[in-house]
Amino acid sequence: MSEPVAPLLAVQGLARHYVVSRGFLRGKAVVRALDGVSFTLTAGRTLAVVGESGCGKSTLARAVTMIESPTAGTLAVAGIDVARADRRARRRLRPLVQMVFQNPYASLNPRKKVGALLEEPLVIQGTHDAAARRERVHAMMARVGLRPEHHERYPHMFSGGQRQRVAIARALMSEPRLVVADEPVSALDVSIQAQVLNLLMDLRDQLGVAYLFISHNLDVVRQIADDVLVMYLGHGVEHAPRDALFARPGHPYTRALLAATPSLHGGRRRAARAVRGEPPSPLAPPGGCPFHTRCPYVVERCTVERPLLRPVGGTVVACHRAEDVLADPMPVH
Amino acid sequence: MALLEIRGLTVSFGTSRTPLIAVDHLDFAIDAGEIVGLVGESGSGKSVTALAVLGLVDFPGKVTCTQLTFDGRELPALSAAGRRAMLGGKLAMIFQDPLASLDPCYTVEYQLGEALRLHGGTAERRSAKARRARALELLRQVEIPDAPARLRAYPHQLSGGMAQRVMIAIALAGQPRLLIADEPTTALDVTVQAQVLDLLVRLAEERGMALVLITHDLAVVAETAHRVVVMYAGQAVESGPLPALFDAPRHPYTKALLEALPEHNRGRARLQAIPGVVPGARDRPPACLLAPRCPFARARCTVEAPPFTGAEGRRARCHFPLDASGRPGNDWATAAPLPVPAAEGVR
Repeated sequence: MSEPVAPLLAVQGLARHYVVSRGFLRGKAVVRALDGVSFTLTAGRTLAVVGESGCGKSTLARAVTMIESPTAGTLAVAGIDVARADRRARRRLRPLVQMVFQNPYASLNPRKKVGALLEEPLVIQGTHDAAARRERVHAMMARVGLRPEHHERYPHMFSGGQRQRVAIARALMSEPRLVVADEPVSALDVSIQAQVLNLLMDLRDQLGVAYLFISHNLDVVRQIADDVLVMYLGHGVEHAPRDALFARPGHPYTRALLAATPSLHGGRRRAARAVRGEPPSPLAPPGGCPFHTRCPYVVERCTVERPLLRPVGGTVVACHRAEDVLADPMPVH
Repeated sequence: MALLEIRGLTVSFGTSRTPLIAVDHLDFAIDAGEIVGLVGESGSGKSVTALAVLGLVDFPGKVTCTQLTFDGRELPALSAAGRRAMLGGKLAMIFQDPLASLDPCYTVEYQLGEALRLHGGTAERRSAKARRARALELLRQVEIPDAPARLRAYPHQLSGGMAQRVMIAIALAGQPRLLIADEPTTALDVTVQAQVLDLLVRLAEERGMALVLITHDLAVVAETAHRVVVMYAGQAVESGPLPALFDAPRHPYTKALLEALPEHNRGRARLQAIPGVVPGARDRPPACLLAPRCPFARARCTVEAPPFTGAEGRRARCHFPLDASGRPGNDWATAAPLPVPAAEGVR
């Protein structure tokens, strides 16, 4: 076909709502965990999704990996609309999107040896004979820095960092084009975190996979991401290339996150922190701009009209007062 | 005299034939009103140190020390009743997961009232009305909005940040002179973490309360503490005032830990990782514990354990402490090199 290369992942207005029971006689409530998120991701790029708990980043991961179907919006993987694809087409898409979870102590089957864990995706696909599978397992183990003798070991015999290597290796066995990594280094110590981040970056450069990298840690995101999407209460509030976002963030929430991230050279700069309170409950999100209850820039318009994403000075922000925010000096970081 | 003084604290688990040494001859002191960070990776012994101070290490754990004094009193010599009066009163502790520390079956008011009944002033011990008034005051001090409504709440109705504030309020009930906070903000979101850290520092300053902040996050310590003790595999490897210690670390482990942080590597394609892993019970090196992972290791490091020495409040456990430019000092250049490559080929 003559059309330009379709992005690996195209997400348009994606929403996922959950109906939750609030107990006897109180009726049901709807949690809008994900409420209209749009972005595209091309091969070999890393999009980081940043936000606090309850912002919908893990729901986004579950939608993109086709574990859950979206309530509204479209999700296209390699140009194929997942919602409209039949079972067989979806099955063909699954190997292309794989996932690495936060806690490698929970995500690996304790009863299986590492070799069997890594082989399983290939067995399910049924595309390789036993000898070829074994060969590819050994090649992948070498690639992620595991030694050949680890093949016959169980997950409990490994440290957290090595388990995360196993989890990454397993995600890569089916030769995915997109890896969704949900807080992959949050459970690891600093020295091990650096090893695993280096591995992820090496694999991206060698294999050309794309990452949807979900994290709450802005320092980690700054290291690995090409683009950053900041989420708050199910909405994307800012979306920009990494350097633009960290140099001149246009959303008050992004600035609050930056100001709140502790820094080695921050000294004692407690006065600079702008944001008050805690994120509201997703069960009862505020009307208008979701951030207006905590925002230092709030005006009356923010309480009634939800701002839409719009390009302002190098970034894309959902804020009525983005121009004013950008005119203010950056928080120290 | 220091408020809390620890000398030669050793905590081990396991059998006497194959002991697992969690804390290895730790010396630690904190003065009234001081904020000291205790940092290290998982398994470095920082939490076990706090539990040992409070006498909360259970069998089969074994605690030995040459000195453990708090506020002029020998802690190991205290009677059970004396210890109960001290813990949660003048010596308080808060933990990482506030929702695991609070009892899910009781309201905030009941749990705060319990602490006040045991450790509060005379009026609060006698009168429920005084307890209620003091509980409200404590909730306001930890900046909980709508305090009267929160008193009636059960823990599951609180967010993580609110629950940690309630834990801090309970710890404050006995007017503590020392608060040990074990990873108090690790389970919290970053904007809430900043608020809770600010609260802890403000409370310490206002009340002249000493604060031991146990954390794995070097940046958190850099922003809050006056002094830091860096632990590795159960040993204190470096201690000294901030920001001097982070500006020019003397122990190779501190240096490597700082360099592994993404913040330190901005603009670089790769992070500077530390090779290998923290030694376990079975592969504990015989001399310097860092030797297998240390880029500066020499033959001497594998046979002779370095002492924890230094001057002017700076101490480091290294034969060749680093100078201001980050190069190993003493006679490192002429010392005999390692007989075999130390680090294994793990990236």
